[in-house]
Amino acid sequence: MADNNVILSGKNVTRIFGYGKKKVIAVNNVDFEINKGEIVSIVGESGSGKTTLARIILGLLKQTSGELLFDGKRRKMNSYKERLNYWKNVQAIFQDPFSSFNQFHKIERVLRDCVGLSGLSLTEAEIVSKMREAFEFVNLKYEELYNKYPFELSGGQMQRVMISRIFMLKPNILIADEPTSMIDVCSRATILDMLMKLRVEINMTIVFITHDVGLSYYLSDKIFIMEKGKIVERGNAVDIITNPQHPYTIQLLDDVPKLHEAWNLG
Amino acid sequence: MNNKHIMVVENLQTYYRTRLKEHVYAVDGVSFELEEGKVLGIAGESGCGKSTLALSLMAFYFPPLHFKVGSILIDGVDVMKLPYEKLRTQVLGEKIAYIPQAAMNALNPTKRIIRFIEDIFHEHRPKMSKIQVYQMVSERFKSLNLPPRVLEAFPNELSGGMKQRTVIAISTLMNPTILIADEPTSALDVTSQKVVMSMLKKLMEKGYVKSMIFITHELPLLVHIADDIMVMYAGEIVERGKAKDVIFDPIHPYSKALMNAIIVPEKDIKNQKLASIPGAPPNLKKVLRGCRFLERCRYRSDSCVSINVDKISEMKHPSRTYRCIFDIDTLQEMYKKESQSDGR
Repeated sequence: MADNNVILSGKNVTRIFGYGKKKVIAVNNVDFEINKGEIVSIVGESGSGKTTLARIILGLLKQTSGELLFDGKRRKMNSYKERLNYWKNVQAIFQDPFSSFNQFHKIERVLRDCVGLSGLSLTEAEIVSKMREAFEFVNLKYEELYNKYPFELSGGQMQRVMISRIFMLKPNILIADEPTSMIDVCSRATILDMLMKLRVEINMTIVFITHDVGLSYYLSDKIFIMEKGKIVERGNAVDIITNPQHPYTIQLLDDVPKLHEAWNLG
Repeated sequence: MNNKHIMVVENLQTYYRTRLKEHVYAVDGVSFELEEGKVLGIAGESGCGKSTLALSLMAFYFPPLHFKVGSILIDGVDVMKLPYEKLRTQVLGEKIAYIPQAAMNALNPTKRIIRFIEDIFHEHRPKMSKIQVYQMVSERFKSLNLPPRVLEAFPNELSGGMKQRTVIAISTLMNPTILIADEPTSALDVTSQKVVMSMLKKLMEKGYVKSMIFITHELPLLVHIADDIMVMYAGEIVERGKAKDVIFDPIHPYSKALMNAIIVPEKDIKNQKLASIPGAPPNLKKVLRGCRFLERCRYRSDSCVSINVDKISEMKHPSRTYRCIFDIDTLQEMYKKESQSDGR
């Protein structure tokens, strides 16, 4: 793929927690490149540093050393204005929908805040029609939900509201940190389909973080396998699943229960 | 294998009483038998009543959960008729053990694991000395591939998967007849999940527990551990059969839809269209009549709507039970037609 397609890249990104004896290298000298319009999965077990990497990409954590390039330029996150500008382009969906919401605010306010963040000055009617459109995108009914509080929604619905928020903001990059691990299988399929739809409709780049190799295979073009802070294997999703090279990848694939193959539980 | 029924549940109905004195029937007329040496899997989406069923089976009700009718026979004794004190000391932990989803949070953070275990033995086996307890427990832990150093550790020194395994090991110390595992792996990553699963299998093999009820929404897990599967929907059992049959050849439209939502890293999954079930489960506050899956069923017909019964009765078939007004051949014909029109 051509180089000018790269939207986000990192060079020697390292993050160290603690110091001295208790030093933990959560992300160790990671290089990565993410192309525009791609779905990239970062797969690894708990403690492999995948969430830390996501938080660095999102700018919630500062890397200890290394450099992140966004759109070919060095990312700057020093002033509020720079951060705001960055977050117009990079947005996230987190694992726990129940803690993504402010429980004192109605659902409507979540979406109204998006209008504020995107910096548009719209009339009331325009805002409502925009919110309605966003709700329609995720198959929710605006009339039923706008006046409700988060606790009145199910986990799947909350996660869909989060996606409708993404649809309103239309960021270039979406970071999805295990968006389906807290909801059940039936809603999971819906959420995944919506992420795919986002990619198709607004050509979004998605960084999908998961511990489930099956999910990442279903969804993504490219997979990064992370172990102990390092990316140990990367490449095309089909290649990695059908022909894993690194022992850790083989072990991960082995640990997932499959339908048609025997699962060695010995 | 002998077909001794360890647990027989007959028409169990339990409900939650809400603040507004409404009754929500989360388990509505469930009957099943659990055979000795078998693992029974219960599948279903969130809110279908599978966790409530697990709680109800323990015969230990605390508000807002209440018992209405039904009987639970364990080894021929109806535990619902036992007085509370007898139930607590002689059935819970001894005959039936329960592992909740976040079992690892059961450990007391200020106590070493062994102190916690000594407490249990003090209650259930008051005659054993501390040294005997230590020997017995460390042997048990060794046989389950848990290092005995765990016993001297505080819970915060252990990882999530290790804690989960510790709690499972502790809850089966009394060799209960039945182990109820309610999504024991859903909070763990795949690698720890596998370790926990192989431990559960070992518990069965070594005869520490005689039978197991395994509740999950991860169907690929069930293929590997369960002998039989029950699919629950809206407080009812909609299908029951041998594990392989239910997964690869589901009969009830709801089971069929559940199987379509499976994702595994196998070759052809990428081209497969995932099907989600539209809508949400019905509100169990209302008294439901007829088929409960009607609203979300894509195979429904006019006869489904017009049928006027309180409850769709279970259709029996050799080795299969399901709750739908169509017979097996009609349903399979419909599935076949659909898969042809989808082009797969």
